[in-house]
Amino acid sequence: MSVLRCVDPGPLATVQDRGRIGWQRFGVSVAGAMDPVGLALANLLVGNPPDAAAVEVTLSGGVWEVEADSARLAFAGADIASSIDGRPAASHRAHTLKRGQRLTIGALVGSARGYLSVAGGFRLVPVLGSISTHLRSKIGGADGGPLRSGQELPLVRDTAPSDADLAFDASLLPSPPPRYRAIPGPQDDAFTREGIETLFAAVYTVTTEADRMGMRLAGPKIAHAGGYNIISDGIAPGSIQVPGAGLPIVLFADRQTTGGYPKIATVVSADLGFLARCRPGDQIRFERTDLAGAARLRKDLADRLARLAASLFPARLPAALDSATLLAHNLVDGVTDGLAPP
Amino acid sequence: MSDAGFRLLSAGDTALTVELGEAVDPRINARVLSLDRALAAEAPPGIVETVPTYRSLQIHFDPERLDIEAFAARIGMLVASLDDEPPPGRTWTVPVVYGGEHGIDLEATAGRIDLSTDELIALHLAGDYRVYMIGFQPGFAYLGGLDPRLHLPRRETPRLKTPAGTISIGGIQAAVASIEAPSGWHLLGRTPVRAFDPARADPFLFRVGDRIRFERISADDYTSLARRVADEGWRPACEAA
Repeated sequence: MSVLRCVDPGPLATVQDRGRIGWQRFGVSVAGAMDPVGLALANLLVGNPPDAAAVEVTLSGGVWEVEADSARLAFAGADIASSIDGRPAASHRAHTLKRGQRLTIGALVGSARGYLSVAGGFRLVPVLGSISTHLRSKIGGADGGPLRSGQELPLVRDTAPSDADLAFDASLLPSPPPRYRAIPGPQDDAFTREGIETLFAAVYTVTTEADRMGMRLAGPKIAHAGGYNIISDGIAPGSIQVPGAGLPIVLFADRQTTGGYPKIATVVSADLGFLARCRPGDQIRFERTDLAGAARLRKDLADRLARLAASLFPARLPAALDSATLLAHNLVDGVTDGLAPP
Repeated sequence: MSDAGFRLLSAGDTALTVELGEAVDPRINARVLSLDRALAAEAPPGIVETVPTYRSLQIHFDPERLDIEAFAARIGMLVASLDDEPPPGRTWTVPVVYGGEHGIDLEATAGRIDLSTDELIALHLAGDYRVYMIGFQPGFAYLGGLDPRLHLPRRETPRLKTPAGTISIGGIQAAVASIEAPSGWHLLGRTPVRAFDPARADPFLFRVGDRIRFERISADDYTSLARRVADEGWRPACEAA
C-alpha cells in the first residue's frame, strides 16, 4: 500500500478538507481547513480539487516520508524553508518525491498554519461525509486524532502524475487585511454602544489560548448592556462571542454548533482564513462592514485566487542558481533533470 | 414580542438567525421546528444547512447563490403560518451520579442558592425535561424544564475541559453532555450514557422533542454501568411517545 508517513507532525497536524457540512443540527461541528485559501493553493499545485483533504500543520510543518513509487507533494499557506532529504527545496511549487525521500517543512513564517497536499489525495474513510478531523469529537482523519510520529496516511495514487511539477507566481498571493472586517450581530443589542465602539476601535492581542475552535483575545473589555447569558443559539463561523469577563473570543472551524454567550459581531468569510493565520502575541484590529462590503471582499479574494490559478506554470530553475538550489532541483523528477550539472 | 413576531439577525455573510421568541417555551420551540420543516420542504437554492435551537433557526447559506432580500421576505411569509404544537417525543430515564469527582460544582452551586446538596439534587431529579435542541457537540441535549430555583448565571470564564456524560445546568437550561468539551456551566453530576457514538447504527441517542427524567445512582453503579456501556453498548430505557 502506498502511504505518506508522518515522521514528525510538528506541534499539531490534522487532516482537513472543506469540513463536515449538514450535521450541525445534530451538534456536529463543521471542522475543515482553518485557512481555506492555503488549502486551495496546496491543492491547486498538485491538481486536486480546491477543497480536497490535505494535512493542516501548525507553527512548524514537520517531516514527511513518501512510501510509494513516487508522490507529488505541495505545501502552501505559509512561507517555509523546506528541504528534501536535507537539500533546500524551492517554495510555491510542487515537488515529486521518490520512495523513501523525506520532505522537511520547518518553521512556518507569516502564518500559524499551512497545508501539505498530495496529488490524488488520501484514501481515508469519510465520517458523516467528510474526512476533516474534529479533535474534540474524535472523528475524521485517520483515527479521529492529531497525526502522530510513525503514522501512515494511505494514498489514492501509487505514483505521481507524469507531467511537470507546477509552480505559481508568489507575487500574486493575497495578503492579510490590515483590519479584520466584521458585521455586527446577531446579539449586538446585548452590548452597550460603547462596548460595540470598543470592539471596532481597540487593538487586541492574540493570546496563547488560540486553537482550531477559538481564539481568545486580550485587550480592552467590552461592556454588556445587561447580563451575559442568552438562550443558546446557533454559532456561525467567525462569530465573536463575549463571555462575562468582557474579552472577545473569535470562533473558528472546530467551534461548537451552538452556544449561550452573546455574539457581538461576525468576521466576514473572506477575512476569516487570514485571521486564522495569526499566532499568539499578534496584534489585530477589527473594522465594521456590512453584507455589501463582505460581498466585495469575497469577489476580490476570488479574483486573486483565479489569477493565481491562471499563473500556474511548469516549475523551472530560477535564473540565478546556487549549488544548493541546483541540488534540490536535481532530486526532482521530470523537467529539471536535463538541467542538472554533470 | 408577539406570538407571531420574529427577528432576522445577521450572523455574518454566510449565516443568519431567525429568532421566534426570547423564552424557553415548548410552543416557541415547536414554531422553530415548524419553520425548519417548511424550509426543508421548499429547499430554496443556496441554503447549506439549518440548525434549529430553543427559540431560533440558524440558516447557513452560500452568499453567491442566495438572494438574501427575497429570502428574508419569504421567511416573513412562512413565519405567519407556523405550527406551535410540540411534536410527540420519547421518554428516556437517564442515570446520574451526583457530586464528588463526578459533579465538582455540586456543593458550591448548592451554597450559592442556600440549599443543601440533597435539596439541590431533589430539585434536579424532580424536573420533567424536554430536549429543545441538539447542539454544541455531537448529540449534546439541551433541556428545558429546569426548576426556577436552579436558574443561575454561567461561570464568568468557561472551563476548557469537562468530561463526557457531564450533567450540568446553566442559566435556565439543563443538559446531558456527550463528549469531553469546554463548558461554562455548573457541573452537578455525570451519566455513563453515551449520547453520541459514531460507531452505533444511530449515532445520536436523543432527538429534539424527547423527554428526559433523571435517576440517581451511586458512584459504584456509575462504574458498573460505564463498563456495560463500553462492553455491551448498554443504553438506558426509553418509552415511545
